[in-house]
Amino acid sequence: MQKSLHIDPGKCTGCLQCETACSLENEAMFNPSKSRIKVFTFHDEGRFVPYTCTQCDEAWCMQACPVDAIVLNPSNGSKDVLSDVCVGCKVCTIACPFGTINYNADTGKVIKCDLCGGDPACATACPTDAISYIDANATGLDKMRAWAAKTDNASNA
Amino acid sequence: MAWTRKLLRVNLTAGTCTEEALNMTWANDYLGQRGLATRYLVEEIDPQCDPLGPDNKFIMATGPLTGTNASTGGRYSCLCKSPLTNTLACSNSGGFFGAEMKFAGWDMIIFEGKSAGPVYLNVENDKAELLSADALWGKSVWEADKILRSTHQDPQIRIAAVGRSAEEGNLYAAVVNDLHRAAGRSGVGTVMASKNLKAVVIRGTKGIANVADPKTFMDTVAAGKAVLAENPVTGQGLPTYGTQVLMNVINEVGAMPTRNMRETQFEGAAEVSGEAMHEPRKSDGKPNLTTNGACYACTIACGRISTIDRTHFSVKDKPEYWIASGGLEYEAAWALGPDTGVDDIDALTYVNFLCNEDGMDPISFGSTVAAAMELFEEGAITTEHTDGVELKFGSAEALCWAAEMTAKGEGFGKDIGLGSKRLCEKYGRPELSMTVKGQEFPAYDPRGIQGMGLAYATSNRGACHLRGYTVASEILGIPEKTDPLETAGKPGLVKAFQDATAAVDSAGLCVFTTFAWTMDDIAPQVDAACEGDWSTERMMEVGERIWNMERAFNLAAGVGGDQDTLPARLLSEEANSGPAKGKVAGLGDMLPEYYELRGWNSDGTLTDATKEKFGLPA
Repeated sequence: MQKSLHIDPGKCTGCLQCETACSLENEAMFNPSKSRIKVFTFHDEGRFVPYTCTQCDEAWCMQACPVDAIVLNPSNGSKDVLSDVCVGCKVCTIACPFGTINYNADTGKVIKCDLCGGDPACATACPTDAISYIDANATGLDKMRAWAAKTDNASNA
Repeated sequence: MAWTRKLLRVNLTAGTCTEEALNMTWANDYLGQRGLATRYLVEEIDPQCDPLGPDNKFIMATGPLTGTNASTGGRYSCLCKSPLTNTLACSNSGGFFGAEMKFAGWDMIIFEGKSAGPVYLNVENDKAELLSADALWGKSVWEADKILRSTHQDPQIRIAAVGRSAEEGNLYAAVVNDLHRAAGRSGVGTVMASKNLKAVVIRGTKGIANVADPKTFMDTVAAGKAVLAENPVTGQGLPTYGTQVLMNVINEVGAMPTRNMRETQFEGAAEVSGEAMHEPRKSDGKPNLTTNGACYACTIACGRISTIDRTHFSVKDKPEYWIASGGLEYEAAWALGPDTGVDDIDALTYVNFLCNEDGMDPISFGSTVAAAMELFEEGAITTEHTDGVELKFGSAEALCWAAEMTAKGEGFGKDIGLGSKRLCEKYGRPELSMTVKGQEFPAYDPRGIQGMGLAYATSNRGACHLRGYTVASEILGIPEKTDPLETAGKPGLVKAFQDATAAVDSAGLCVFTTFAWTMDDIAPQVDAACEGDWSTERMMEVGERIWNMERAFNLAAGVGGDQDTLPARLLSEEANSGPAKGKVAGLGDMLPEYYELRGWNSDGTLTDATKEKFGLPA
């Protein structure tokens, strides 16, 4: 079963546990500025929205890379950056429509979410299940269930 | 090791920013944040100094766990000598500013001297510079935040600033970070503004990579998060209702200070409670509460994000307040509500917004308005003083007017900015001030929760709930239930809470974790993050050392045992309703035993043996 990250902004409290977990997993430090997942706060609306790579099937970044440094990981569907191949040209950062692949000036390479090889640290760290790692074929299941629960089909018995 | 081992010293007189190694001997004795920064203050300032003069210093300090992913590990404190109390001031704040300081590579920033003109400090990792704040002076915190974001064009900066109340000398001005988190109490914002320092802007991208034992640390953090999630208070009560979960509870036990503490129960408590914040309002069907929000790394998320009813008189012509922002926490809701007799939740939310916008402690503000209302009812203050406003208990209009005037330091707002003690002295009725050491009470009447009477009287920053929250034991049964109407056993309870809290603060964690965590949950996280052995016993010893050091500073500042007392109203006027009916605060039954447990003399001074035991500075 292929899984994907599923984000429910309505559950997010903006605590940044995901960003600290991501930076620890990938950079061995607590450093939100190096996180592959970012939480955006829309203060005046009281909204918090986590955002990261959705692992497109036809990944723009992968297609655009001139040195084939971005490759499909067949085990979980993630598109991973081979940092020893990456030349830091940043074409992928232009190609990605969502902005979720970014250049790291400290290393001269790009960084993006690789689903931590199939056990995403952000989802584990999230205290409210705003970020979960679930069956890619049924990411809408919880939402469907919630709507189903609201239907008025009480019996007259 | 979790400390960055570096502090930034900013001399505002000379305009210099200098890097300095953190004193690790002191870090071993005082851990960080509250404790460590107090050690620096004790070393560097004269306890007798003028709090608003250039000889006072102003410190922003993080703890070793600040910036890690330990739950709630984002706290920092602002420290200085307080202009409100003349004691040590140490006010703790959450949000994201403290963690950013750490990511930029600094454990602490010490401000000294006084700038000739308005400045702000801009920090980008190792680079620190003082820049002109001419364009910011005279602006609210919210306006200054906008201007700074426009100037720096970096959406990821974190900002702490003071508002117009601080500039105008309001004695309980706060330092506000991230728009609505505040180092609220004791006038730390007043001191910051007295140095012509308007704001601190920080961007940190260096991160924290030096946790001593990362594997063990992550295990202890995960265990801690699980404890918080499973506990009914931190896992359900606080996320759902915030600290406002207490409004109805405290009212029912008869410990709700009402109308300047004349009464101990408020008939309108339910109207301004955490539950009421969930109720859809008539005008637009939306509740007061938009969502709950967390501070950095916090897995509790008690923060309230609220809106005001757009049709409410306070904001109907002011679309700038039709936004979601920091809503009512219990202490603010109490001071602005029950203590002034106002049961209008939109008025309270509006005033809370103003307190954030211009950096005022809502506890001290609300309590001072309550005192002013009693002075008005007693005829000591008249409409001549108030531009015709009927400053009566229960008047939402008067409360909103007072907040607008005080936020800007205009007219009668100047008087309210003096705080309750100086206001009541000015109008000839000092007995009406509900303060200890000049600081206003928080939301627990010591006639109904006896341990809090002792906690208030002996708090090292004047009346305060965050120095020894025995409410946890006396009302909520954490860690075990004690009878709130009894004084027996309370001296030991107060001491234990005071020492533990000092250690929790100094780690960089939030004291709200202790609804679920004991020191046995906290010490392993500190132990894994920091070098050396940090056992529960050592944490408690550090907490007790900090408490004694703070006390020693206050004694040297001239604030002694004679001020370990409560207003006569609480000692002699009986609670008039509820479970505590007929009770007064039994301070006299507790204080001598408390001094003895502390190892202090009967006049509240430290014995030589106690000083020696904790290795306090001479």
